[in-house]
Amino acid sequence: MNATAQAPKEPQTKVTVRSLDFYYGSGDRSLKNVSLPLYANKVTAFIGPSGCGKSTLLRVLNRMYDLYPGQRAVGEVLLDGENILDPAIDINALRSRVGMIFQKPTPFPMSIYENIAFGIRLYEKLPRADLDERVETALRGAALWDEVKDKLQTSGLGLSGGQQQRLCIARSVAVQPEVILFDEPCSALDPISTAKVEELIDELTNRYTIAIVTHNMQQAVRVSDYTAFMYLGELIEFGETDDVFNKPKEKRTLDYITGRFG
Amino acid sequence: MSLYATRRAANSIATTLCWVAAIFGLAWLFVILIALLYEGVRGLSPAVFTEMTPPPGSAGGLLNAIAGSLIMTIIGVAVGTPLGMLAGTYMAEYGRYTKLTMIVRFINDILLSAPSIVIGLFVYTMLVHPMGHFSAISGAVALALLVVPVVVRTTEDMLLLVPGSMREAASALGAPRAHVVGQVAYRAAKAGLITGVLLAVARVSGETAPLLFTALNNQFWSTDLAAPMASLPVVIFQFALSPYKDWQQLAWTGALLITLTVLALSIAARTLSAGRRKSK
Repeated sequence: MNATAQAPKEPQTKVTVRSLDFYYGSGDRSLKNVSLPLYANKVTAFIGPSGCGKSTLLRVLNRMYDLYPGQRAVGEVLLDGENILDPAIDINALRSRVGMIFQKPTPFPMSIYENIAFGIRLYEKLPRADLDERVETALRGAALWDEVKDKLQTSGLGLSGGQQQRLCIARSVAVQPEVILFDEPCSALDPISTAKVEELIDELTNRYTIAIVTHNMQQAVRVSDYTAFMYLGELIEFGETDDVFNKPKEKRTLDYITGRFG
Repeated sequence: MSLYATRRAANSIATTLCWVAAIFGLAWLFVILIALLYEGVRGLSPAVFTEMTPPPGSAGGLLNAIAGSLIMTIIGVAVGTPLGMLAGTYMAEYGRYTKLTMIVRFINDILLSAPSIVIGLFVYTMLVHPMGHFSAISGAVALALLVVPVVVRTTEDMLLLVPGSMREAASALGAPRAHVVGQVAYRAAKAGLITGVLLAVARVSGETAPLLFTALNNQFWSTDLAAPMASLPVVIFQFALSPYKDWQQLAWTGALLITLTVLALSIAARTLSAGRRKSK
């Protein structure tokens, strides 16, 4: 085998994380010199035991940590070449480009329709008919339209957990982001809802760059193209999901994916 | 006696004591309410709502006092609510971790439990004395000062109850802070915020002391904010202490009216917050 045949065709890089350190207000360093790429239109899974920094890393990518005083990130995170850690960057514009889905579904206390329209209205002033269409497209995109089309004006809080999570995905998609971050999106869902969300993630890769944090290794294998294994704030291994799970280079990765620790 | 039997005995003794204490406390409330109903209902007539407070020995009603109470309470709440809401919003949403918030919360707690007569005296020295006479507007200011701490407290508490994940979700869509607060946090806390205002109304509608030093009283119909104005609590205070039977009767009726209003407001507040819990 020669070297050129072995190297996989590198897809385009959407996000580049370079020498990233992260500090909580207490001074704890919870990310240590992390560098990795997120490839465009690919799913990158972050795995590792609790407290390894994978959620923290995700929350750097849309600067969610900015909501909490005292937390700071040092290093570089390039989104299409632009350093998003730059204090001068428009943080709301950034977040409209990098959407996020949380562990627990977080529908707003308003109607299903309004939940979706909320995000759209932040950046666009659309005539009613266009807005209706966007809401429908978003709900279809999240495979929720058929279940809610007759009750768009009822509260989003009345939906089941799985439906709420898909509503949140629809809400995020409606803003037309470029990157979507999933922070353990299925850990509060039953297996059937989980399967639906995973299917959805699969479809979303056609249009978005996706990062997903998960504790479920089967899920990482099922949904992701690339996997990053993190441990104690460090990136231990990053590569194509098949490689990471079938022939990990690091012993700690092997130990973790075979359930020997973590 | 076995350990288990001892525990059972201790349990039943403690439960009995709880019951006795609860009944003892509630019984007095019921006695008050029944006395109020018994004495107050007798004086209820259309004249109460259509005629002015009478001189001793002649027939009359409480119209000027009712109107005065309404006017001053409405102004007080209209002035105090936005102030309190904005302060509470700052404390819960913008400056949650700042020193200023800690200081304001501490002072607000003091204000919350300050005797209302102190507020009355404060307004007397700040407004009534410089103006040279008692006035409805200074009464309304005194009531507003009582509304502020209640609304600050409930606004902050209710907004703190809104889960942080809701704010994160709204921020994650790229919503600016003002949108996150105004359209998501306020909406999530709506029932609680309204409850807070209703409780503030209930609190001030029965206050006598701050009005004694500020709005004083007025025998006649008056809507002039610069002049003294009658109010139910002050009329009750004056009439109940008088030796005249008809004045005393009107005092009972006025007390009944206030109590029923406060009761209705409390029930409305309860229903709202119960509905909020259910919808979660």
